[in-house]
Amino acid sequence: MSTLTLLTAPEDKFTPPGLELFDLPPIIAGVTWFTKPVLLALLSSVIVIAFCWAAFANPKIVPRGVQNVAEMGYMFVRDQVARPFLGKDADRWMGLLLSIFFMVWIWNLMGVVPVFQFPVASHIAFPIVLALSIYILKIYLGVKHQGLVGYFKNMMFPPGLPKPIYVLMAPLEFLSNMIIAPFTHAVRLFANMFAGHIILAFFSLVGFWFLFEKLTPLGAPLGVIGVVMTIAMTGFEMFIQFLQAFLFSMLAAMYIGNSLHAEH
Amino acid sequence: MITAASLVAAEGNNPLIPHTYELVVGIFAFAVVLIVVGKILTPRIQKTLNERTEAIEGGIQKAQDAQAEAQALLAQYKEQLAEARHEASRLREEAREQGAQIKAELREEAQAEARRLIEAAHAQIEADRQQAFAQLRSEIGRLSTDLASRIVGESLEDEARQRRTVDRFLEELESSSAAVR
Repeated sequence: MSTLTLLTAPEDKFTPPGLELFDLPPIIAGVTWFTKPVLLALLSSVIVIAFCWAAFANPKIVPRGVQNVAEMGYMFVRDQVARPFLGKDADRWMGLLLSIFFMVWIWNLMGVVPVFQFPVASHIAFPIVLALSIYILKIYLGVKHQGLVGYFKNMMFPPGLPKPIYVLMAPLEFLSNMIIAPFTHAVRLFANMFAGHIILAFFSLVGFWFLFEKLTPLGAPLGVIGVVMTIAMTGFEMFIQFLQAFLFSMLAAMYIGNSLHAEH
Repeated sequence: MITAASLVAAEGNNPLIPHTYELVVGIFAFAVVLIVVGKILTPRIQKTLNERTEAIEGGIQKAQDAQAEAQALLAQYKEQLAEARHEASRLREEAREQGAQIKAELREEAQAEARRLIEAAHAQIEADRQQAFAQLRSEIGRLSTDLASRIVGESLEDEARQRRTVDRFLEELESSSAAVR
């Protein structure tokens, strides 16, 4: 940031946004839990439910209007997420996967919707709820379908490897499946939305600062770059938001699939 | 604006530590979506999609059936048409044969009729001739008696004259008979 600070007077220098972006005060004074992310999380649920209700409450054989759009989402989740990992069990888990996909996507989209402009998943509690739910479901299904011993045996001792390898393999597999997988599942989504929000905030602040707050001949082009970059990064963010929703539901499908059938 | 917020940045806010109330709201938000979208709405759209698949498959089956039926019908019609053509040509042939037969019969009949007419004419002529001949014969008798009476009535000068008279008469007779013929 040294180049940026050189362009402005030292007393009012440009400060890039930081963690304070994610530290939001209660919307109603006194109601400490009711913050912007909480409001947006609830709003996202309402939007997902309203959208799906409008589309699927009374579905037609020949789809019309919003049903067409929602069916595209359904087909996408079914063909790209559920079927590759669940095969013939795909239909049974579509409800869960569709809910997760739509919910995460709307959470993420809140990051670019004007006025809201805050990705819900950038507060780690929300990804944790979903990842933890999948984690519990995964262990439950694994024990149910493979037996308590069988589940861990299939996980830690995949057959067909030379014996000494298992010394290394077993703890790694346990660590990977039981601790790292749920952690990365949640953190991947959180970190992407967190970083994306910082990037958008940074570029829009550059534009706002150098074009409105401290307009100088040298700073103006920088402000223009900030605005252009904000637009470009918003587009890129929308792609990332979709990609993360897709990845999150895909990983959920993968974990469920692995628990239903021992993969190795 | 943001800079003002940065002044009150809370030091102890670690973004990796979840807020309890957000966990609660997150669970609630997820549960509601899962129940409504996952448990109520997804089965509905799945049912509709299955119905659609069945409808499309049924439609395809129906179309295939209809096509097979149409082809069978076409084959049947073609067969019938060929049969009809064959029948028509057979009838034509038959009619031609019959026509030829009738023509031949008629011709034969006509010929027989003609022959019959000619024969009748011949018979008539023969009868006429016989009649004429009979008439002529009675005429000759009458003439002979006529001549005889004339001979008897006239004085015969001599034998030669007599003979001449008879010859002349016979000559006359001959010529007249020739004329009659």
